[in-house]
Amino acid sequence: MRAILDWIDARYPLTKVWNEHLAEYYTPKNMNFWYYFGSLSFLVLAIQIVSGIFLTMFYKPDAELAFASVEYIMRDVQWGWLIRYMHAVGASAFFIVVYLHMYRGLLYGSYKRPRELIWITGVLIYLVLMTESFAGYMLPWGQMSYWGAQVIVNLFSTFPVIGPDLVTWIRGDFLVSDATLTRFYALHVVALPLVLVGLSFVHVVALHAVGSNNPDGVETKYFTDENGRPLDSIPFHPYYTVKDMVGFGVFAIIFFGIVFFAPEAGGYFLEKNNFEIADPLTTPELIHPVWYFGAFYSMLRVIPDPLLGVLVMFAAPMVLLFLPWIDRNPILSVRYRSPIHKFNLVTFGVVFLVLTYLGLQHITTLNQEIALRLTLVYYLFFFVLWFHSKPRSDAFSWGWFLAIVAAYSYYDFTRIAADGDRVTIMTWWLVPTLYLGICLLLPLFSQLNEEKPVPARVTS
Amino acid sequence: MKKILTLSLVMFLGAPGLAQSAGGGVHLEEANIDLTDQASLQRGAEYFFDYCIGCHSLQYDRYATIAKGLGLSEEQVTEQFIHTRTEKGEPSAVGSLIEIAMRPEDAEQWFAQPAPDLTLTSRQRGADWIYSMLQGFYLDEGTTFGVNNRVFPDMGMPHVLWELQGWQENVGEEGHVELELKEEGRMSPEEFDDVVRDITAFMVYMGEPIQLERERIGVWVLGFLVIFTFLAYLLKKEYWRDVH
Amino acid sequence: MSYEDVNQNRRRFLVAATSVVGGAGVAAVAYPYLASLSPSARAQAAGAPVEVDVSGIEPGQLVQVEWRGKPVWVTYRTEEMLELLPKNRERLVDPDSEVASQQPDYCANPTRSRRPELSVLIGICTHLGCTPSYRPEVAPEDLGETWNGGYFCACHGSKFDLAGRVWRNMPAPTNLVIPRHMYKSDNLLVIGEDEEGVAA
Repeated sequence: MRAILDWIDARYPLTKVWNEHLAEYYTPKNMNFWYYFGSLSFLVLAIQIVSGIFLTMFYKPDAELAFASVEYIMRDVQWGWLIRYMHAVGASAFFIVVYLHMYRGLLYGSYKRPRELIWITGVLIYLVLMTESFAGYMLPWGQMSYWGAQVIVNLFSTFPVIGPDLVTWIRGDFLVSDATLTRFYALHVVALPLVLVGLSFVHVVALHAVGSNNPDGVETKYFTDENGRPLDSIPFHPYYTVKDMVGFGVFAIIFFGIVFFAPEAGGYFLEKNNFEIADPLTTPELIHPVWYFGAFYSMLRVIPDPLLGVLVMFAAPMVLLFLPWIDRNPILSVRYRSPIHKFNLVTFGVVFLVLTYLGLQHITTLNQEIALRLTLVYYLFFFVLWFHSKPRSDAFSWGWFLAIVAAYSYYDFTRIAADGDRVTIMTWWLVPTLYLGICLLLPLFSQLNEEKPVPARVTS
Repeated sequence: MKKILTLSLVMFLGAPGLAQSAGGGVHLEEANIDLTDQASLQRGAEYFFDYCIGCHSLQYDRYATIAKGLGLSEEQVTEQFIHTRTEKGEPSAVGSLIEIAMRPEDAEQWFAQPAPDLTLTSRQRGADWIYSMLQGFYLDEGTTFGVNNRVFPDMGMPHVLWELQGWQENVGEEGHVELELKEEGRMSPEEFDDVVRDITAFMVYMGEPIQLERERIGVWVLGFLVIFTFLAYLLKKEYWRDVH
Repeated sequence: MSYEDVNQNRRRFLVAATSVVGGAGVAAVAYPYLASLSPSARAQAAGAPVEVDVSGIEPGQLVQVEWRGKPVWVTYRTEEMLELLPKNRERLVDPDSEVASQQPDYCANPTRSRRPELSVLIGICTHLGCTPSYRPEVAPEDLGETWNGGYFCACHGSKFDLAGRVWRNMPAPTNLVIPRHMYKSDNLLVIGEDEEGVAA
């Protein structure tokens, strides 16, 4: 055994990699619940790749055959139903763990120096993941597959000058058709997974170059005992490998609970109208994307100008790329940031969830009004992050507050003038105004802006 | 051109709000089916093959699936249900897909468009919808077949079960459908209720034949995972005693 | 970090127990994935037993039917043909059908058939899978004086007699395969199914 290992080590850095990235890779000892979702993302990636490979053995990327081939998998292929449900539930699980993983980054400032590149590669992974799942959702060729693709591809038609030609080029036809299906199939099973795996690798390389952040947001590698042994960090293996096993177990219980007992997840993971074969001549009653795009779809629907709506929607996830330079506050962890900052983060989470919900509902005047206000809050969140980078003067705070409120109030006046529902508009005007009031003005009248001293070493 | 595309986009995005549509808002009655009741599934299959299969296929699955879930032998299924014929004029094999005997050209001529396949209807619309829809036919002279449906207005399908149910009439006020039995059929309303429930149960079974087995396996899988997680938790506890 | 009072036995036990249970879990997940690669319900339906009406086969005639994508020969052997069969004995590798994998038990007899005159064979050479040709004539020019009728595989020259038994010193190692079959009635032959059920 030893001899074989030596033979390999002389030719390939096997032991070196093992030590550097597992056995002697030192990780903060105080990582909490939020730190499970990185390894879980890799677990889900593995599930998707394996189940995906098996699905390609039975699926037929052909508009005439695709829908029936999915039912062939569900009925005729032995255990095909399990493989398909794992892949479908896995897609939603992917977004759940990735969203929680990203929120962890927001909480503990994991995007800040020196981890900017980890964050940026992470956001890129997220963007590719969205494209990947969009392409995958088209493949069953049910009504929602078809019309979802129709709507999303048509978004590009709003681009000035090139829009219409661009859409035709993307579809490869004058409507979403077999040509579109086959190219999305190629993207879904070959091109995007390659990019996804590559980016994930880069993501981990970047992480291991600078080390993990932790809930205290303090460096752990500088503190060692007299023997040079780190005091605040522990080897990834075995401590975090055994801990992640527990995470895998709990995740698997939830994951397989859904796969075996509620694979449609009430129509959220597998949408009911997708059990009807695509029909280019009949639009389903309610077209909406799968839940994980709900928030962005909300934003698209509330902006009255198509091009602007598309830009607002695409910009929403893109803003995240600039986060390291928006939030300039030197404190990483939410633990030592001000109560106002905590409020800001929680509000952002809630706003994203409500927007997600609204994106899946029928359009009503009230829904639209709420979604419009929350879209504004979504973007204001980033402004407030920048604003809280350092203490601000009274004049600075009032100036920004009044300028922003004035801007959207003016827009509201034009809406009321154009026969908008005055009561609804004025009621929901309070939402961004209160939000801004709390974030920008409250610090002027209270201690809620006070930050806590950051300890030199981890606290637990 | 650009305007048209933009307009169509706005329409797609706005369509959900405008479409107050079939199914949405209609009160559905609970089907109360029991998939473990094989006698009910068998009766449901019989009714389905007596009244529905003439126009509606179950083309994503096979006769053999009926045998499996309903506790019937392949011979019984061949005898009772296989209505399609091979080129030689013999009954199709139990392994063949459940298609309709009607030619698509005929269907188009008789019903304007071929009747939809029903394999997945239960997954798309749910058991309650099927149950309520089958109960929901009423006389309406303004339509092609002289009947309309409470759950699915203007669906363009005759009331196939009229012999059993009789004829219902709409006695509701303007725009509101309320049904009352006008002319009795061969069955009492209670008996007819059971027929519809059996058909619904059979269609739910065909929507996902694996569903009962899936849940049976799931119990074992979750039990196993709980044991694994507990062991992993003990292991983690044990190692983390090193960390203070 | 401290390593005092570490109970190594407990630790070893928990590592082993978690690994075993975890390994069993991975194996349990692998099973359905590997099982999905075996024939689906569609493939099984396409591979269902085939029925042949044998009343129309003339003496000396070979009828080929397809079962699971393979050619199956049903040959009506005449009295003369059957009489010649024992004469091949010393030229054959396995005259008594002792290699059990090549035929069901009920065909391990001198004619290798359930009815003496009707032979059922899978028409695929046991060498490399070519289809031999039917050569019922006795002592033709190209096959020589010793030929008592049989099947000849032109690919690599393997010779089989009219019971599908392979000659010695030929590339093909074993007799032609006889599929499981039975007679449902006097004239109805079923290939791929016998009294014990459908062939695997």
